[in-house]
Amino acid sequence: MESRNRIILYTIAALISLTGLAEATYLSVLSLTGETAVCGGSASCFQVLGSVYAKIAGIPIAAFGILAYFSAFGFATFAAFGYARVRKFFGLTVWTMFAVTLWLLFVQAFILHAFCRYCLFSAALVFVLSAVVVLTPSSR
Amino acid sequence: MKRYLPFVIVSAVALITLAGGTMLYHAKGLPLLTISKNHPVSGTDGAGSIHIRGKPEAPVTLEEFGDFECPPCGRLSEPINKLEQDYHSRLRIIFHHFPFATHQHAREAALAAEAAGLQGRFWEMHDVLYREQSTWSKAADARPLFNAYAGMLGLKIDRFKKDMESDEVEKRVNADQQEGAAVGVTVTPTIFINNRALPPPSLNEAGLRAAIETAIKAKSPP
Repeated sequence: MESRNRIILYTIAALISLTGLAEATYLSVLSLTGETAVCGGSASCFQVLGSVYAKIAGIPIAAFGILAYFSAFGFATFAAFGYARVRKFFGLTVWTMFAVTLWLLFVQAFILHAFCRYCLFSAALVFVLSAVVVLTPSSR
Repeated sequence: MKRYLPFVIVSAVALITLAGGTMLYHAKGLPLLTISKNHPVSGTDGAGSIHIRGKPEAPVTLEEFGDFECPPCGRLSEPINKLEQDYHSRLRIIFHHFPFATHQHAREAALAAEAAGLQGRFWEMHDVLYREQSTWSKAADARPLFNAYAGMLGLKIDRFKKDMESDEVEKRVNADQQEGAAVGVTVTPTIFINNRALPPPSLNEAGLRAAIETAIKAKSPP
């Protein structure tokens, strides 16, 4: 029964990671085509995505998001198929994402005073992933 | 088989992400916008007005469709002014309004610039609005600030206030916006160098300078 629950939770985590992967890919493409350097949509989004905090060493932060979500997806998939060793890597990835998400929320709330809806959606996904890590029996 | 299934799934997702990202990148590549060569660049254009800075016979024309409340437009304002000084007689600047409805005070700012223009101070107000963007864009009511800027520029305040409400400035802003829409402008800043739009990654001082140099070379006799 516990094993079945674990499979369900890791499958949910894989699907959530897949959603985040799609979003991060979309945002990375926007950044590469330069669309976040111009105004054409939500003012707050452009304020956030066009800020200095949206890049690390010239690389869009969304590109790191691709890496993180893909890793989470991969680890969750393997974990769902019974690869026990990857569970700790899944937990490590998600907690790293959680910490980065907290920092990005802090930047939006207290430094930029603007919230990007894409970033909030991603934050919500990371919080759900964190909940999965907490709820998964082996992670306790 | 089940043992290999996660490898297959993860590899498939990696490939789909890569392919999807590449396709999206190509689809998102903004269309190459151009302005017709017989585009008027005199002082007025029907209901609208064309604001030109620099020598009329300059070989290179930098034409901006901008929104005073758009942060990237504000960031680009100073580099454009610097380029104008550097290229002096070889560059002229044209500004068109393209205020977005999503920007709370953008339209009012465009009206303020046009109202200042009726007293011969369009470019001065243009520069003040971009320079002070971070202040007025956050204000609940930007009008008092626009009035203060008008006073600072030595405009007749009563006339400025009246002009801001007038149909004439409204028509000028609308005409610019319609013109932008007609040439395919959807984002700001959209910048044309000799009628060809620059891609967003070139919208910085180095990118503009490179495009101006190319345009000067293209105009120079062999």
